[in-house]
Amino acid sequence: MRLWLEQRPERSRAMSVISPLIAIALTVIAGAIIFAASGLDPLRALFIYFVEPVTTLWSIEELIVKTAPLVLIGVGLAVCFRANIWNIGAEGQLTVGAIAGASVPILAPHWDSFLVLPLMLLLGTLGGMAWAAVPALLRNRFGVNEILTSLMLVYVAQYLLDWLVRGPWRDPGGYNFPESIEFQAWQSLPTLGAGRVHLGALLALIAVALLFVFMARTLKGFEIRVSGEAPRAAAFGGFSRSRTVWLCFGISGGLAGLAGICEVAGPVGQLQPSISPGYGFIAIIVAFLGRLNPVVVLLAGLVLGISYLGGESAQIVLGISGKTTQVFQGMLLFFILACDTLIRYRLRFGRRPGAGTAGAEQAP
Amino acid sequence: MKKMLAMAAGLALSLAVTAVSGDDKLKVAFLYVGPIGDHGWTYTHDQGRLMLEDQLGDKVETVYVESVPEGPDAERAITRLVRDGAGLVFTTSFGYMDPTIKVAENFPDVKFEHATGYKRSDNVSTYIARFYEGRYVIGQIAAKMSKSGVAGYVASFPIPEVVRGINAFMLGAQSVNPDFKVKVVWVNSWFDPGKEKDAAEVMIGQGADIIAQHTDSTAPIQTAQEKGVLGFGQASDMIHFAPKAQLTSIIDNWGPYYVARTQAVLDGSWESSDTWDGMAEGMVVMAPFTNMPDDVAAMAADTTEKIRSGAMHPFAGPIYRQDGEMVIGEGEHLDDGVLLGMNWYVKGVDDELPQ
Amino acid sequence: MSALEAVLLTVITASTPLLLAAIGELVTERSGVLNLGVEGMMVMGAVAGFAAAYTTGSAALGVVAAVGAGIAMSLLFAFLTQTLVTNQVATGLALTLFGLGLSGLIGEGFTGLPGVKLTPIHVPGLSDLPLLGPVLFGQDLLVYASLALTALVAWVLSRTRLGLVIRATGGNHHSAHALGYRVIAVRYGCIAFGGLCSGLAGGYLSLAYTPLWIENMSAGRGWIALALVVFSTWAPRRVAVGAYLFGTVWIMGLYVQGIGIGIPSQLLSSLPYLVTIAALVVISGNRLLTKVNTPACIGQTFVPDR
Repeated sequence: MRLWLEQRPERSRAMSVISPLIAIALTVIAGAIIFAASGLDPLRALFIYFVEPVTTLWSIEELIVKTAPLVLIGVGLAVCFRANIWNIGAEGQLTVGAIAGASVPILAPHWDSFLVLPLMLLLGTLGGMAWAAVPALLRNRFGVNEILTSLMLVYVAQYLLDWLVRGPWRDPGGYNFPESIEFQAWQSLPTLGAGRVHLGALLALIAVALLFVFMARTLKGFEIRVSGEAPRAAAFGGFSRSRTVWLCFGISGGLAGLAGICEVAGPVGQLQPSISPGYGFIAIIVAFLGRLNPVVVLLAGLVLGISYLGGESAQIVLGISGKTTQVFQGMLLFFILACDTLIRYRLRFGRRPGAGTAGAEQAP
Repeated sequence: MKKMLAMAAGLALSLAVTAVSGDDKLKVAFLYVGPIGDHGWTYTHDQGRLMLEDQLGDKVETVYVESVPEGPDAERAITRLVRDGAGLVFTTSFGYMDPTIKVAENFPDVKFEHATGYKRSDNVSTYIARFYEGRYVIGQIAAKMSKSGVAGYVASFPIPEVVRGINAFMLGAQSVNPDFKVKVVWVNSWFDPGKEKDAAEVMIGQGADIIAQHTDSTAPIQTAQEKGVLGFGQASDMIHFAPKAQLTSIIDNWGPYYVARTQAVLDGSWESSDTWDGMAEGMVVMAPFTNMPDDVAAMAADTTEKIRSGAMHPFAGPIYRQDGEMVIGEGEHLDDGVLLGMNWYVKGVDDELPQ
Repeated sequence: MSALEAVLLTVITASTPLLLAAIGELVTERSGVLNLGVEGMMVMGAVAGFAAAYTTGSAALGVVAAVGAGIAMSLLFAFLTQTLVTNQVATGLALTLFGLGLSGLIGEGFTGLPGVKLTPIHVPGLSDLPLLGPVLFGQDLLVYASLALTALVAWVLSRTRLGLVIRATGGNHHSAHALGYRVIAVRYGCIAFGGLCSGLAGGYLSLAYTPLWIENMSAGRGWIALALVVFSTWAPRRVAVGAYLFGTVWIMGLYVQGIGIGIPSQLLSSLPYLVTIAALVVISGNRLLTKVNTPACIGQTFVPDR
């Protein structure tokens, strides 16, 4: 007896709702087994992991702080991946965005104007776009695989940041430690509420709304979807592939750059060698978890944010290792990806009826 | 669904109960930048935590969070520790400086101790060890033991702490052999065994027969042993990684400080302070002098003793910069302010610092 | 030891894990599958290899365990992408994340312990020759294995029926299916071979390169291996060239610092990545070079229909 798939005549609506629930249920069960195996009360551990982070106002605010950059980057990547364009270098675009935006307060520290903050956000976005333009250009001009170039540029961006904060942009009053000057009030994002929630959260919501409309209602959005789902049809339809590449890298790079400057002008408050705990990479998962749909990406960002905060709580309260978070995230993604298959296929056990010649095919 | 809610409520209750029952003990929290098993920086801090548990275990309870990246996550992690009831928090990496100060403002009743930084407040102390004292000693040993007169120095990041170490090493070496040379390779990481190993191997190939390191993994000293040259451990005693190559190791000994500061909180005598302890206070300890002749060991022990007693200062004048400019003359030594922000090399170091 | 000899030796040790992982991924990709989980498989190989060698005291058993871990991880990937037709890019990324986390968990008890080193072979006479001896005849078995595997893969792909089937599967899975080849089975096999090689690469890190275990010790080498496959335009010989070129640039970055030339070390550290990008541009720009071997079906899922 073996497992095989039978294609459904059309996508199952019921399954597109149920499948993420199945995935989460499976993750919870697998998590419970892991906790039980490490000698913990699985229910208590799961509670600390998944529920406790949303039980107090403070942790909800922190959840928003953690989720904002993930969503901001994730929605951009969702658009990109929809078009079958693989920008996995958002971490580098985030870094360059942060550098570009931070250049204002660092190079003109005394310039106090209401223009400073908008300019920082603008430069941050442009910086991310510029860094993303490199793989886009290389792909369009030379046909270089964008997965690799965008990824390689992450390392280059991080070394650039490292060089800047240890060299020319070092805080002159900081005993030569690798930090820029601290940003002043007019150079920092305004906070919303009592905690650390900042304007970036609002920007993330706006990005979600705009991209939702863009993808669902505009011709360009349609073009992107078609060029991803049916590249040949897109070509026949006269859609330019290279324009789509530019557009997708522009959107995703710009949003990553915006997330970068929001982190630097928000919770971090200065440039330093490490400004992101891997947001650009985690956002890839967020995009897929959100099935490349801007609104669902928002929910996915929250789920991952919870898993981070929960991972920290679990370390403090239960004394378990922080690596568990990573394993959890990996598992959750496996389960979600696997369960998504149920939307298009039925699982069958037993012998496959006689093999024919035609094969079904999905682009990646 | 109802059942689940009831379960959740029950759990919340049981959590609340545990939180209350732990209240009579002082909760001491530690924030680590690496994994506790790194056998370097974080490992030595965790050894300090274990010593604290051992000595004051009936009055305190310790918790820690490991591998917390410097950046936006640090502030949340520190707050989380405090909200969980910590009365004293040790944040053990330079990048935690500003987050520590920010959280401390929100929780004036909680005491904070930040390692390696320079910002303090009413409830934030700073502490750091004078590792350069140990580096002067290993510099002397290096110059005595080297046949080629060249040492290779695997360095992490060009921050004052590391530059100070290289200078102290050089001054120690020059006190024995004025023509001694030090090669420096920056690997731009505290912890990348592959790259540390490659750096050590490259410098050995270029003629270095002593390997010193200011990175955290055991790879450089292991490479030294493999290639048949000598070297020094870092942060903890690494003798069982390289029994034939380790001459000595500069050990970070945080335990006594952690015990003393925790005791001060218990006694109510804790005050914000700036601690820079070295060999005299036992924060810097030398591992046994091995793989060297008796006279070298005797010299090293003698220097250690002189530094400990204050009879000798590693940065005693005259000291010249690379370009030959005299920084300080005979009979004086550099003060702590200059040492704290050091970003220039002493004469003889074969490298250029990024400015 | 002369400086040249030292450089050659370090270049070889720095290049070997890259070559091992890349040659495996090359076979996977030639069958039409893109597995971005190389880093995850590699780091699992590293921890499994270290743990087994430390527990049993035998480096050989360590290598076996590393290979086993790599294959197990790749089969997980194969099950998801081939049987459950999940998206290969996302599944590969998840595999990396999962591997990094799981290896950290498994390895918690093994950090900071002295490992068991895979001893280099010694050919009496030959290994003692000046310069050539240690460089050519004094390496450990995995170095020779990496070169032998490269030759083997080159031979199988170009000269054997199996190679023909693999190439057909990657070139056009519908035709391959029509010809009666079992596309899914072939891909399972090629993915597993990729896992074997990545596991071996990980084992090399924790048993030969730096005999110790620490978290994330693969430090991005899996991604470099992926880039090398594209760099090679899917030709086994060029993978070897690429791996050694990258290793050379990497070591030269350290070497130049050791001489004491004042170039920012960050620039030197990013040089290998910049060189890789430049090489990708040169190679991808040459359509003739890429067309020949590029698996046309790469990354696409295949479900045999009725």
